[in-house]
Amino acid sequence: MERNPLRRQLQIMRKSLFDQGYLDEQFVQLEELQDESNPNFVEEVVTLYYRDSARLILNIEQALERKPYNFHKLDAYMHQFKGSSSSIGAKKVKAESTLFREYCKSGNGEGCMRCFQQLKKEYTTLRKKLEAYFQVARQAGPMETACRPK
Amino acid sequence: MVVETGFSSPRTDAFPAGLRVLVVDDDPTWLKILEKMLKKCFYEVTTCCLAREALNLLRQRKDGYDIVISDVNMPDMDGFKLLEHVGLEMDLPVIMMSVDGEIRRVMKGVQHGACDYLLKPIRMKELRNIWQHVFRKKIHEVRDIESMEGIESIHMARSGSELFDDGSFLGGEDTTSGRKRKDADNKRDDKDLGDPSSTKKARVVWTVDLHQKFVKAVNQIGYDKVGPKKILDLMNVPWLTRENVASHLQKYRLYLSRLQKEGDIKNSFMGMKHSDTPPKDSTAGSGIRNSINLTQDNVSNGSFSFPVNHTLAPSVDLKGHEGDRKGITSGPMTELKGPFPIDVSGPRKAKSSKISFDHSLGSVDSVVNFASFGPTDTAQYSWNEIPEIQFKQEYEPLQLENRFSQLPLPGLQHHMLPEYLQPAVSVSPGPSITEKEATSSGFEVKSMYDDYRSNHAKHSSQTEAVGESHSLNNQVFKSISTTTSSMKSQDTVPNHLTVSEFSPKNLYEGVGADDLQLCWPQGDCYATNFGLQGLDCTEHNNPATALETPFHLYDHPFDPTEYYASDQGLFA
Repeated sequence: MERNPLRRQLQIMRKSLFDQGYLDEQFVQLEELQDESNPNFVEEVVTLYYRDSARLILNIEQALERKPYNFHKLDAYMHQFKGSSSSIGAKKVKAESTLFREYCKSGNGEGCMRCFQQLKKEYTTLRKKLEAYFQVARQAGPMETACRPK
Repeated sequence: MVVETGFSSPRTDAFPAGLRVLVVDDDPTWLKILEKMLKKCFYEVTTCCLAREALNLLRQRKDGYDIVISDVNMPDMDGFKLLEHVGLEMDLPVIMMSVDGEIRRVMKGVQHGACDYLLKPIRMKELRNIWQHVFRKKIHEVRDIESMEGIESIHMARSGSELFDDGSFLGGEDTTSGRKRKDADNKRDDKDLGDPSSTKKARVVWTVDLHQKFVKAVNQIGYDKVGPKKILDLMNVPWLTRENVASHLQKYRLYLSRLQKEGDIKNSFMGMKHSDTPPKDSTAGSGIRNSINLTQDNVSNGSFSFPVNHTLAPSVDLKGHEGDRKGITSGPMTELKGPFPIDVSGPRKAKSSKISFDHSLGSVDSVVNFASFGPTDTAQYSWNEIPEIQFKQEYEPLQLENRFSQLPLPGLQHHMLPEYLQPAVSVSPGPSITEKEATSSGFEVKSMYDDYRSNHAKHSSQTEAVGESHSLNNQVFKSISTTTSSMKSQDTVPNHLTVSEFSPKNLYEGVGADDLQLCWPQGDCYATNFGLQGLDCTEHNNPATALETPFHLYDHPFDPTEYYASDQGLFA
């Protein structure tokens, strides 16, 4: 257990993200890529993800405003979004994406809409948690190599 | 956005470290992650978010990458299409990626030729192993080359005497083998522009010419009944192995079926014909680059060599004289265009040959070329057309050039096409030209002549990029002068020249490196470059009309025949 209080806090936060299913193994992969040449690699990637995926979210939102739904297009957008979300290990967000695609395939417009609302919630929640996490991380200073979630 | 890591030599000794990977993905997050992962594996990474951009990069540096990793879903082009192009044009291993692991999709990837299909999220350990795909391919290629070599040497021994006997070198075997040899040599010499490494990958390059033969054979046998062995026999290309044909056939099949589905076949034809027109590849420079790269491997007459060339001096106006060219070397003209520093202001003909790959046609084009090659042989060879201006007769430019194009000359590559030569006929008698000249004038010309004489000039030394672009056509020479077209004197006989058709032999007989120097009307006279000053152009009588123009610039009368002869040597 970390003696440094900040580091300890960081560890707790991190563990909770995994335990609660917000993040998966991919996040650990990112952490493993972090090194001296890229000390803030994980944060950079997450930032990039949120910036780029905002665009995709917007696309889907606009597509959902046009009735009747173009399921093919919606599916394509979500496919992209899912791929992107998988890059940072956003587990819950990814699960919602998969569900959304199922609704698209079955032509369930209602299901798509509901699912999308849920997805946005998860997406936003994760962002907040990660922002808080990185804030502490920056304060705590460089960590040792990532440790796998217990 | 392309992040270039710079092309360093392909591989360090600590293989697989230094493996040059090109990653294509429209998702910036993944691109960043993959780049980091690959760098951790000590690979050299170049990232790209657009498929078209990736193709450009690949074409510019034909041997600048060892493997391509691409996402399946991309905005500007379907990942599978990119995969096809890369496979056909560059023959590099391609790994597909997707978050979608549906069996159907994975199968489609494999069908299109992907050597692996990774599911996102991708683990680093999966990337660590990608070098195996590169290694595997290399082994296979080396095997092909080696087997080819053996055959070539046999051919070389035989070919000399027959070269000048009669113009029909359609069989082109000798030259082919000679050329092939040269190509192999070139490959090894690695003069390739794009390949900084000393070990050039040995691949069978399916040049336009070669592919055309392939398509002809396929059509003859009947697409349904086709088989690699039958095709191989019909093609009559000595150095080609059954395996080469088999793998190419597979690609071709995939390609065709895709085309049919998309109804692109027509387009392809258009594209092909278009090649003649000036340039699609307006980016001559890049075109050249591309072509050069392409051609480098071209064993064959250079069908691909064109690419390089076409960007070259446009001046070469190869007017299409007769469609005979079919397939034969027509390409050469364009070749000159290339790297020559000469400022070819003339119309650059994007000689189609390569155009297809060049990018000018776009991804589809390249594919198209294949398709089009078959049926539209005349169209394609438009580039070959040698400017009649010079020579009244139309002769097929010696494909010799093409071969030269293989030389990586950075600028030159393109051997000029002295191809115009006429069918060996003229050559034989004559090359009296000045072999002496050939000696060296700086251009490999001499090699050409020497070869020419011997017909078999194995002139591998061509390396020097002899600018022998025999392209007598003045235009051609323009470009030549600057670039020492590495004309390798391959089998002297312009085998590929179907030249037999052209009577005027004299046209290019003397063409040798010297010719290259021909002063182009455009004003680029590189007479100095002429190694072959001594060329005795007079030896052959040219139809007079043909040559006069350009050569007045030079001291010696331009005797096309001479050039031709030299060419012959090139292809020894």
